[in-house]
Amino acid sequence: MSYSRKNVRNVLLYHRDGMSDKFVSTRVKEIPPSGIRKFFDLVLEMDGVISLGVGEPDFVTPWHIREACIYSLEKGMTSYTSNLGLLELRELISKCYRNDYDIDYDPGSEILVTTGVSEAADLAFRAIINPGDEIIVPEPCYVSYKPSVFLAGGVPVPVPTYCENEFRAGADQIKESITERTKALVLSYPNNPTGAVMRKSDLEEIADVVVENDLAVISDEVYGKLTYDGSHTCFSSLSGMKERSIILNGFSKSHAMTGLRLGYAAGSEPLIAAMTKVHQYSMLCAPVTAQMGGIEALKNGDGEMKKMVREYDRRRRLIVRGLNKLGLECFEPKGAFYAFPSIKSTGMTSEQFASRLLKEQKVAVVPGDVFGGCGEGYLRCSYATSREELIEALGRMEAFIDSL
Amino acid sequence: MKEILEIIENNPRIDPREIATMTGITEAAAASKIKEMEKKGIIRKYKTVIDWEKAGEEFVYAIIEIKVVLRSRTGYDAIAERIAKFPEVRSVRLISGDHDLSLTVRGKSMKDVAFFVAEKIATLEQVQGTVTHFVLRTYKEDGDVLFEKERSERLAVSP
Repeated sequence: MSYSRKNVRNVLLYHRDGMSDKFVSTRVKEIPPSGIRKFFDLVLEMDGVISLGVGEPDFVTPWHIREACIYSLEKGMTSYTSNLGLLELRELISKCYRNDYDIDYDPGSEILVTTGVSEAADLAFRAIINPGDEIIVPEPCYVSYKPSVFLAGGVPVPVPTYCENEFRAGADQIKESITERTKALVLSYPNNPTGAVMRKSDLEEIADVVVENDLAVISDEVYGKLTYDGSHTCFSSLSGMKERSIILNGFSKSHAMTGLRLGYAAGSEPLIAAMTKVHQYSMLCAPVTAQMGGIEALKNGDGEMKKMVREYDRRRRLIVRGLNKLGLECFEPKGAFYAFPSIKSTGMTSEQFASRLLKEQKVAVVPGDVFGGCGEGYLRCSYATSREELIEALGRMEAFIDSL
Repeated sequence: MKEILEIIENNPRIDPREIATMTGITEAAAASKIKEMEKKGIIRKYKTVIDWEKAGEEFVYAIIEIKVVLRSRTGYDAIAERIAKFPEVRSVRLISGDHDLSLTVRGKSMKDVAFFVAEKIATLEQVQGTVTHFVLRTYKEDGDVLFEKERSERLAVSP
């Protein structure tokens, strides 16, 4: 922890010193800094904080996966791999999609292994965007889509989603946002930060709009395995969607491998070829150690993964009940590991609530507006934290609300 | 039912109210299911894993392998049950390989354990021979590691 904390602090100090930024490009300057950073800064200075602010599992990567990584290092597997990633890994990914969703992706040309899903998203945007192209992004959503679209020369067009609609993106709303410059639509369900999922029927309605307007779809399904009360529908499994979609997925959430940075994209051959072009000139290939871990995860990781999912499900029920009991109205998230309660009843903004909660009761949550304007009035509470800590955090939140 | 067992396996002290929330049944139903499983012997007992050394209490453990001469008909069960009755014996298992039974024995000292084996076990009529392995250190017990646990090094806030 000390290493990374120090790092973060150095970055912050650097900015505070007010050193000249004359060499920094206008485009990068135009990107607002992530709203999460401010909380980093605050949390770093405090002890005894219980964090519900973390976007990663609290489980350590299962031992058999770590063991596979270690063994690969012992064998001296430290070289580059194919740009696309190790063939065995792509074959296993392909098999997964056939078994889970009945979709055929050719491991030779339709799957690209990347350094985390973040890289895959960046590649997808860079591969499809012409200057000025509009990309529809339903919000609240993961913080990197809009900046990545912007950096690729595109124009992100946010579409708000609402609690009344369980934070699902509606086909009508998407239709209304389409202009002649619209190139693609981003879907990210199960959703970070809301925990929302899309029903198959919702996706089918969207698919119709996509076809009518000849759009591409980038569907980030990294939380797909973390779906409760039902199963995940992969967007490209809908008829006619494979040709026009890029599915993004990875190992971070399902196999607790965030720091190993391993993700992938699956799509039609021309789209994957375009992404590979960018990938080979920037990242070259995903880290081989992580790829070896990925192979082990797909071969033998199902049991551990299901165990983790069952545990998340229990915590999900605990936190949703707890938040609702506190009077923070919380719709039931059906995926990922976040609850997204409303704090509108307190009259505070998300930011005020989160700052005061941190200062007064030492519980870290992320203000909802960080994930898009329509997230104002909400908090993201991650339940990827032990049951004991969840219960303690809920107790502290109760004390905080009572003190208002 | 399996769900409840999974929840309490590593923490039997959890509040039935929480079990109810996590499994989506009522508190009363959760409590009665647990009672029922206790009655049926599915839940054998609730137990505490103690690091006695840390508590300042010295115990000596030994694994004893035993070769048994079988009497006709009674098989291994009779001799195993007989050995199991000694409170010094913590576990008795029938094993494959060179030996037949494997015991874990706990005593206050090495002498204590050695004499127990010599006087009470080796002297049994059916016991043909014993091999005693003293335990020097326990790293993992009942699925619980006894050395320092892995701690997550996560940043407190991340996207």
